[in-house]
Amino acid sequence: MNPAVGSPAGAEQAVPASVAQAVDGDEGAVAGARSTRQRLLWLRFGVVVAAVALAVVMALIRSGSGVVVTQSIVTGLLIGGVYGLAAMGLTLVFGVLDIINFAHGSFLAFALFVTYWLVSVGGVHPYLALVVVVPVMFGLGVLVQRGVLAKAMSEPLENQLLITLGLAMIVENGLLLLFGPDPRAVALPGDHGVPVLGAVADLSRILAAAGALVLAGLLFLLLQRTKLGTAIRAVATNSTGAQLVGIDTRRIHLLTFGIGTACAGAAGTLVAPLVTIEPTTGAMFNIVAFVVVVLGGMGNVVGALLGGLVIGLTEQVGALLLPGHSPLLAVFIVFVLVLFLRPQGLFGRSA
Amino acid sequence: MTATTSTSADRTPAALPVPLWNRHLAVLAAATVLLVPLPLVLPDAYQAVAVRVLVFALLSIGWNIMSGFGGMFSFGHAAYFGLGAYTEVWLLVELGVPPWIGMGVGMVVAAAFAVLVGFLALRYRLKGAYFALATFAFAEMLRLWAISSDVVNRAQGYHVPLRPEPSWWYLQFEPGAPEYFWIALGLTAFAVVVTVLFLRTRTGQFAVAARDDEDAAAALGVPVMRVKLTTMAVSAAIASVAGAFYVQYYLFVDPDLAFGSAVSIQAILPAVIGGVATLWGPVLGAVVLGPLSDVTATLLRNPPAPLEFLHGRGGLDVVLYGVLLILILRLLPKGIYGTVREWWERR
Repeated sequence: MNPAVGSPAGAEQAVPASVAQAVDGDEGAVAGARSTRQRLLWLRFGVVVAAVALAVVMALIRSGSGVVVTQSIVTGLLIGGVYGLAAMGLTLVFGVLDIINFAHGSFLAFALFVTYWLVSVGGVHPYLALVVVVPVMFGLGVLVQRGVLAKAMSEPLENQLLITLGLAMIVENGLLLLFGPDPRAVALPGDHGVPVLGAVADLSRILAAAGALVLAGLLFLLLQRTKLGTAIRAVATNSTGAQLVGIDTRRIHLLTFGIGTACAGAAGTLVAPLVTIEPTTGAMFNIVAFVVVVLGGMGNVVGALLGGLVIGLTEQVGALLLPGHSPLLAVFIVFVLVLFLRPQGLFGRSA
Repeated sequence: MTATTSTSADRTPAALPVPLWNRHLAVLAAATVLLVPLPLVLPDAYQAVAVRVLVFALLSIGWNIMSGFGGMFSFGHAAYFGLGAYTEVWLLVELGVPPWIGMGVGMVVAAAFAVLVGFLALRYRLKGAYFALATFAFAEMLRLWAISSDVVNRAQGYHVPLRPEPSWWYLQFEPGAPEYFWIALGLTAFAVVVTVLFLRTRTGQFAVAARDDEDAAAALGVPVMRVKLTTMAVSAAIASVAGAFYVQYYLFVDPDLAFGSAVSIQAILPAVIGGVATLWGPVLGAVVLGPLSDVTATLLRNPPAPLEFLHGRGGLDVVLYGVLLILILRLLPKGIYGTVREWWERR
């Protein structure tokens, strides 16, 4: 939730300077400090791009085939968009409520099953399921926040973490209990391979990434351009201050958790045609979303989207660099490096 | 956790983390002796539950030292459990080393890994959520490495080779033999003793002091880094023993069973439900949690009429773990033992 740091493209001009300063109050309000930070940000951005480029070159040397590498890059970027959307929900909740939501992946799994149920029983088009899934997940998020998390807001971090862990266990294993462990699939009618820059990508993959980008854009607009969004950012920056100027922080917490859960839901529906649908699918997304959130800077919504792309690439290109290993291994290596060397994330984080 | 910090603030500053330690040891000795004949009277099915309770307890006692008394929240104790399990079984299968020696080597390996993780995490000043995520990441990396590494038989894992006759030295008996229970009981009792002794040492008391106020402790000359690393090493060594025993009892291990995040959760749950940073909390929590999965399995084998559609399904036990976890955190944040103790002291 740090717009000034979060958008390297310079979109932060729209943000009132006071907000930007409040976020990094210790760095002072001097304009010079800000432009230094800008330069540092671009530098970091350059380092990330250079690292990705290096990885790509190494993958090229290692695999010896341009087509394979292009395919990895295209697939990585497309899946990265969806990772980004899932992680945006997680990072938003972290930025505003300071809660590490271990149940995020299980919410995504829940959305997968709702989508599956709508498609197989109701005969709904997979993407039309969004119309049901997003409001349902929003409601679920609000209920969860109101029912179990609101009272834990003042408790230590571990208690909140354990509560979301309990929720994850309930949702994931509740799905196992109701649907059994058999893998399921949702087919997108008319899905076929589409040539992209010399590689081939399934239409469902392209649509998932496009949908994720559109939803991410909508979320960004909601945060930047609406009254609610301003209130959410205010609570993220300074909860007490927000309360003093008359913002109902409890309501903002409810809505934010609802929005975060809805993001998981939307990501779930979008990836439904791409993944095997089983109760444990969510856990994998949970891990990836955490990595993305730390990479992008905890609480940084735009960082989450960029982080998603980086992790999508890491996963696919890393699989070329570490053949025979799970693609997640490369993701974790990047994760640990970022955690130790830049715990505030590549693109900064909220105060 | 604050639950513990506030109790420690209530106590006089000079009090030990576990007051009345000799009384606790007397209770432990009495309980252990009383439990020895248990496997001789219990039917086989219940004995398996009793052994599982003890493995649960052992793992959670380990977690409690680092995360309860040491205040460093670990979400990756599967790393130490798994290292204990894999070291033991690897030495046994590949080199024929007896399990007891393998267990000892596993303790060293797990402790060394904990020191490595701890050093990196503390060196880079990871706190709270970041610390928990780092521990989780290391456990997951071990899992992913084990899945795709020929050195440890990839995803297939290891079967313990069966021996023609029972042997204490090779820690293998007839299925359902009481010796398994006795060994698990002995190991668990030993872990409780280690906890008490550790908390009586300077290092143990420094660890609790550093948990309650790190800056103050450092200002008074507590070597915080060394103390925390020692705490993590002791904690990891105990968890690794649980892993080594697990392999010998179930005769099988694979990367998910050893390093999966479910194991890390199983390390946390008993302590949280029984009472974090209390001596008996993990044991009590394990006694509550251990039998749950059998109760639900029995229930789902012959479900009552309205639940007929759940016949033969899994997952209910973990759902109940989750419900129990949330209920305990909301209603008894100090855990069962912590709440009872408080009530007893206030009486």
